[in-house]
Amino acid sequence: MTAETLTLGKAINTGLRKAMENDPKVLVMGEDVGKLGGVFRITDGLQKDFGEERVIDTPLAESGIVGTAIGLALRGYRPVVEIQFDGFVFPAADQIITQLAKMRMRSLGALELPVVIRIPCGGGIGAVEHHSESPEAYFTHTAGLRVVACSNPADAFTMIQQSIASPDPVVFFEPKRRYWDKADVDVDSSDWTAFDAARVVRPGDHATVLAYGPSVKTCLEAAAAAAEDGRSLEVIDLRSLNPLDMDAVAASVDRTGRCVVVHEAPVFNGYGAELAARVTERCFYRLEAPVLRVGGFSTPYPPSRLEDHYLPDLDRILDAVDRTFAW
Amino acid sequence: MTIDSVRGAPATAATAEPEPVQLLTPEGERVEHPDYPLELTADDIRALYRDLVITRRIDLEAVALTRQGELGLWASLLGQEAAQIGSGRALTDHDMVFPTYREHGVAWCRDVNPLNLLGLFRGVNHGGWDPAEHGFHLYTVVIGSQTLHATGYAMGIQRDGVLGSPSAGAAIAYFGDGATSQGDVNEAFVFASVFNAPIVFFCQNNQWAISEPLEKQSRIPLYKRAQGYGFPGVRVDGNDVFACLAVTRKAMEAARTGQGPMLIEAYTYRMGAHTTTDDPTRYRMKAEEESWKLKDPIERVKAYLTRGDLADAAFFDGVEDEAKAIAADLRKGCLAMPDPEPLSMFEHVYADRHPLMTEEQEQFAAYLASFEEEVAS
Repeated sequence: MTAETLTLGKAINTGLRKAMENDPKVLVMGEDVGKLGGVFRITDGLQKDFGEERVIDTPLAESGIVGTAIGLALRGYRPVVEIQFDGFVFPAADQIITQLAKMRMRSLGALELPVVIRIPCGGGIGAVEHHSESPEAYFTHTAGLRVVACSNPADAFTMIQQSIASPDPVVFFEPKRRYWDKADVDVDSSDWTAFDAARVVRPGDHATVLAYGPSVKTCLEAAAAAAEDGRSLEVIDLRSLNPLDMDAVAASVDRTGRCVVVHEAPVFNGYGAELAARVTERCFYRLEAPVLRVGGFSTPYPPSRLEDHYLPDLDRILDAVDRTFAW
Repeated sequence: MTIDSVRGAPATAATAEPEPVQLLTPEGERVEHPDYPLELTADDIRALYRDLVITRRIDLEAVALTRQGELGLWASLLGQEAAQIGSGRALTDHDMVFPTYREHGVAWCRDVNPLNLLGLFRGVNHGGWDPAEHGFHLYTVVIGSQTLHATGYAMGIQRDGVLGSPSAGAAIAYFGDGATSQGDVNEAFVFASVFNAPIVFFCQNNQWAISEPLEKQSRIPLYKRAQGYGFPGVRVDGNDVFACLAVTRKAMEAARTGQGPMLIEAYTYRMGAHTTTDDPTRYRMKAEEESWKLKDPIERVKAYLTRGDLADAAFFDGVEDEAKAIAADLRKGCLAMPDPEPLSMFEHVYADRHPLMTEEQEQFAAYLASFEEEVAS
C-alpha cells in the first residue's frame, strides 16, 4: 500500500493522471483546464505533461464542450469534461439529456458514449449566485446517465477512475467545499469498492441517515453529536445516485426503523423524494416513523450571507432525527 | 427607404442571390467554373441520375406509406435530391456523416437500407443501423445538435494523426437554414474554427424552416456567416448535382489534408411539406413552388444525358423500373416490419447491469404475463 495524504481535489487530479497514463484515449476538456489547471486546480499540471491535444482548453461554450465530447467519444476517445460550476451546466443540459444519455439506446447498443461530466457542486464557499447549486435531480431523472457523488479523498480518487472506465456516460459530482479536506489515499490499490455500491460510513442502530457528496461529512458530525445523547445513527454514503444501491439502504432501515435523508438541493422534488418513496415501499412494516428529509429550501440558492441558514447543518439534521423519534 | 420599427430594414439581403457555383444549368447545359473543374464519365453521370431517381422514388413511397397510416411521420426530401446525392457521392469510406432527419439521399449513398429509415418514422426503433459500419450517424431530430457531434468527431480524426494520409477521413455535418440560428450550430462553427477541425458544414438552405422563411433566420446569405468564424463559405446551386459533387469533393479533400473547415450553402428548395403533418399552403405562394419546379434537380440531368446522347429511352425506362421495384420492396418490408417486443424498451439503456432496468423489466414482464394467465384460466 502506498498511502499518500491527499486533499479531495488532489485525489481527483491524481486519479485523472492515472487514467490518462493508463489509456491514451482519455482526454480532459473544459474552460481553463489547461495552463490554469481549472479554477479549482483539479486539472493542475495535466496539460504540461499530456499536451494540448489531450488537455483541451475549449471555447467558452458548455453545450459545445459536451457536444464535441460526444463526437470525440464516437471516434473512440474517452473525454472527461469539466463544467466550471454547477450553475453553468444548464447550457449543456440539452446535449447531456437529449443526446449523451440516449445515444446508446437509439443505436440499439451500437454506440458507446464513455463521457464523464465533472461538476463541482454544492454551496458553502461564499460564492456569488449560480456557483453553489445542486442540480443532481435533473440528471438522476434522465435514463442513460450514471450519476455519482464523491464525499472524501479516497472515493474521489477511485471513483473518477471508475467513471472514466465506465462504458456509460457518468455525471460526476464533486463537493466543492470539501476539495481541501485531507485523508490518506492508497494510490496504488486497485481493490476498489464497486462503483455503484453505497457504503456505511458510520454504523449505528437507532436511525439511518442517508447522504451523499458534501452532506456526508455534515451527517457524520451530526451522528457524533447524537452519540453523546445516546443515539446511535447509521450514516450511509450513497456514492452512486443512479443506479441507487437500494439493497444497502433497505438493509439498514429494516434494522433501524427510522430514516432521515439529507442533501443540499431543495427538498421539493429533490433526490430525497425518490429515496423516501423507495424506503417507504421497501421497509413499510419496519418503519417506526415517516422518512424525513432535510435539505435546501425550495427557493433559489440565497445570497451567500444566508447560505448557512439554507444548507442543512448539524442542528437541522439532529432536529429531524428528534422528530422521527417523537413520532 | 422606410425602416419598420419592429422588423428593421427590409430583409432582402438574405434572399438576394449572389451567383452560386453552378456546373449544370436548369436547362441541362454544362457550364464550367474556374474553381471547381469536374471530370465525369458518361457512366458517372448515369449513376448519379440513377441515384437521384431512386432517392425520389423512395421518398415518394414513404410519403404514401405515411398517408396510408403505416408511418407516423415522414420528412420528405423532394427537391433536395441533387444536394444530397452530389454531396453524398463526394464522400469516401473514411468520412463520417452526421445527418438531420431528412438526409435520405445521403443515407442511400452510404448504403443504409431505406427500410431502416422507415423504422424510425414507423416507431419501431430510433434508428436501426450501425453508424460506424456505414459512416453515417443516426438521424438527429433536435435541430443542430449533430453539428457539435460532427465537430468533436473531426477533432478525434485530428487526434488520430491521420490527416493528410490516404486513410484520412473528414466529418460532414448536414443541417438546414433554420438550424443556423441554433446556438449549437454557432458553437460548432467556433470549435471547428479554433481547432481547425477537418469538417465540412453542409447547409441545405431549402428556404423554409417549417413556415418560417429564410429572412426570419438571417439578414445575410448564410454562406457569408463562415467569414465571421474564420473559415471559407461558398454558395452552390443545390439543385445541380454536378456542382454539389464538385464543391463538396473539394471541401472534403481540403479538410482531409488538414486545411480546416468549410461551410457549403446548398441553395435549394423544399418542394414538399416540412413533414407529412405540415400544410405549406398556409404560408407560401404556389407561384414560388412553380418557379422552383423549373429548376428541378433530376430533369436537368435527364436533359443533359438526352442532349448528349449519353442515355437512351431503354436506360431511362430501366432506371424507372428499378426505382419502382425498390419502392415495392420497401413497401413490402415496411408492412412486414414487426412491432418490437415490449420488454425490449429496457435494453441498451446502459451497457452494464442496471438494477432499476432489471427491476422494472421484471415487474413489467410479470404484469404482462398476468394477462396471459387470465386468458388461460
